[in-house]
Amino acid sequence: MAIEVSEKNGITIIAIQDDMTIYTASEQKARLSKYLQSGRELQINLSGVSEMDSAGLQLLLWLKQEAGRNAIKLSLVRHSQAVVEVLELLNLTGHFGDPVVISANWNAS
Amino acid sequence: MSELDAAIQTFVQEADELLAEMELALLGLEDNPDDSESINSVFRAMHTIKGSSGLFGFDSIVAFAHEAETVLDQVRRGQREIDGALISTLLNCKDHTSKLIEHYLTEAEQELPQELKLKGESLIKQLGGATTKQKSMPVEADSKHGTSEASDTEDDTNDSDWVILLEFGPDALRNGMDPLSFIRYLKTLGDIVDILTSTPDLPTGEAMDPESCYLHFKIVFRANTDKQSIESVFEFAEDDCEIRIIPPHSQIEHYLDLLAEPSDEDGAQVERLGEMLINIGALTPKEVAKALQRQSEDKAESPEQAKPIGEILVEQQSAEQPVVEQALKKQQSVKQKIAAEANYIRVDSEKLGKLINLVGELVISGAAMRMMVDRHGLSDVEEVAVSMNDLVSEIRDTALELRMVAIGETFSRFRRVVRDVSNELNKQIELKITGGETELDKTVVEKINDPLTHLIRNSLDHGIEMPEQRRAAGKPEQGTVHLNAYHDSGHIVIQIADDGAGLNDEKIRTKAIANGLITPDQVLTKQEVFDLIFEAGLSTKDEASNLSGRGVGMDVVRRNIEALRGSVSLDSEPGQGTTVTIHLPLTLAIIDGFMVEAEQECYIIPLSMVEECVEMSPEECEVDEIQHYVNLRGEVMPYLRLGDYFNNRKQHSNIHRESMVVVRFGQTKVGFVVDKLHGEHQTVIKPLGKVFEQLKGISGATVLGSGDVALILDVQGLVQFATRDKSRASIGLAG
Repeated sequence: MAIEVSEKNGITIIAIQDDMTIYTASEQKARLSKYLQSGRELQINLSGVSEMDSAGLQLLLWLKQEAGRNAIKLSLVRHSQAVVEVLELLNLTGHFGDPVVISANWNAS
Repeated sequence: MSELDAAIQTFVQEADELLAEMELALLGLEDNPDDSESINSVFRAMHTIKGSSGLFGFDSIVAFAHEAETVLDQVRRGQREIDGALISTLLNCKDHTSKLIEHYLTEAEQELPQELKLKGESLIKQLGGATTKQKSMPVEADSKHGTSEASDTEDDTNDSDWVILLEFGPDALRNGMDPLSFIRYLKTLGDIVDILTSTPDLPTGEAMDPESCYLHFKIVFRANTDKQSIESVFEFAEDDCEIRIIPPHSQIEHYLDLLAEPSDEDGAQVERLGEMLINIGALTPKEVAKALQRQSEDKAESPEQAKPIGEILVEQQSAEQPVVEQALKKQQSVKQKIAAEANYIRVDSEKLGKLINLVGELVISGAAMRMMVDRHGLSDVEEVAVSMNDLVSEIRDTALELRMVAIGETFSRFRRVVRDVSNELNKQIELKITGGETELDKTVVEKINDPLTHLIRNSLDHGIEMPEQRRAAGKPEQGTVHLNAYHDSGHIVIQIADDGAGLNDEKIRTKAIANGLITPDQVLTKQEVFDLIFEAGLSTKDEASNLSGRGVGMDVVRRNIEALRGSVSLDSEPGQGTTVTIHLPLTLAIIDGFMVEAEQECYIIPLSMVEECVEMSPEECEVDEIQHYVNLRGEVMPYLRLGDYFNNRKQHSNIHRESMVVVRFGQTKVGFVVDKLHGEHQTVIKPLGKVFEQLKGISGATVLGSGDVALILDVQGLVQFATRDKSRASIGLAG
């Protein structure tokens, strides 16, 4: 299962355990869009994202936009190295506004 | 070696022209110090001479011109006022430069003579330039696409950031593109200072297609690179991405600088706007191709509304408004320059002379052919012969026109003479030039220069009085010398008129008597007295100055002008001024002639001087055989029997009919009585040998189609003979 969903304190935690690329974007979008309708706070765990490309990034941007539209609180947590790299490259960390914890065992890039 | 010689020759020619232009511009600046066009022209002259001198290693010219150029540059930028003193100095600089050029031409191997060196140094001092001239100035490198200027931008970090706008199309991802990888690659070229990611088109809700691309980026990029290499980063994305690369501010200035640079002297050609912008690096070929495509698409849609390429480029933000404007301006100026250049081809005047000689021969053999056709009565050939004859005369006219130049250039050279002389003599003299567009044969122009100089100097020195004297005489302090030229019946008339003191005919008379030119009891008309001026050894100025008045000159002037088959006359009114009038033939090579026959001899009268032909009979006009006068329709004029004049025939039988050709020279009309009229004839003038120089009444000869020789009448001389010496002639011939 590429996406694991769990609940905790009324927050839906979605852990994406897969690459976020053009190959997975369609499927991921279909899965994730369901939760946008739930009206509950969403927390997306990105620790399992080992690769991310423009399509994946776009999906995150879309999620953020949709969450805002539906008045759902959305936060990204536990960014993987691949995700942070992309966000930093595009200067988007601020856009998502989530604290990024940089793990000590990441390879220095 | 010879190639280098030829190059130097070109350099000298160019430098001469530039210096002449510079002189004109400087003189213009005297009247109008704010004329930026003139300042630029002076600057350009020095700049170009410096540049080309550097090519040949003429170091002292380079060093000297550099100083002058520096000063001129200051003037051009408005950092220095241009005043009379500076103009004088610059005029001297111009003279000095041409001396330097001469030096390199004649004795390039030798050191610069001390005198020239000192002169140069003092001029530089006068210019207020630096005295560090001994260092030979490096000639500016031709930095057309120079890197030196580009490197300037390195220090200036604020201005050197590129802005790159990327708008990926929806299919980018599906086509296997990953925008991120482009940005990563871009990072290897320089620093991404800032990046703004936006998704203005991102659909909301389910409409969003995760496989479509909605990403837009705005990247502030810092790198010392050019547009082309930035564009190449996104080469593969091209089809799916709108790419706009906005150069840093400094880069724009760099482009403007590049555009402001004059284009190559030799390779001047009209570049298309796009090409030009690509060449300076402001655009990449792809951007231009895209704009062109859009233009053609627009055109296909609505031909009237198609925008010019420049506008499209600005609209699609490929290029910046000022850069495009500058490029357009440059394009315009190059176009103009080419137009100006294309109008002229430098041709060796020898080649031209050869052509005209050949045309002359063609005219003669054309006449021969025509005669043969007439003799054999070949009516079918006749038609061909007539049309060929027309063509030949057209060729003749065109060939002669090639040698025609406007006299204006010669005239304007005298501005300098007038300026220098009036400064030297402390007189205020203005030179007025009219009729500068009047054309005449180049060979004539070259030869008229010396006599004209002499006459003008005379006017300046003897004619125009000192300001005090002028004021006392109730005339404006500033004297005027008026140069005028116009065409009159196949001649060009040049007048030099001053409003000076005029000539005192009594004084001339006294002097002439003293010199034994005339006897005290000789009665002379005013005109005859003035003509004495042109006799050798007569000067009316009491003391000779260094300009004129040593008693040589006027006779030389007359000789020079007469050598050109011209004439000179003088008219003067004491207190009012003096006018010298020069008549010159328009050309020395081929004329339209009118052929007549007297005593089995053919003569040619220049057609332009022929007024009319009448029958010499009592029915047509009253003839006074004793006084040699005819009364033609109430107009009285002297006549001359050509047969009498040239063959000294004493008796004439009245058996055959005679005709009279009325010719006009200036205001005077004279009839030439001849036996037969042959009509128009294209006449190639063959000069007579030295032996015949003294012959009166003949100015040359020509070869007829039959191979016979016909003499060309010196109408002017004959007119003078008929009017002045009519009494003597009539006595001698009738007696």
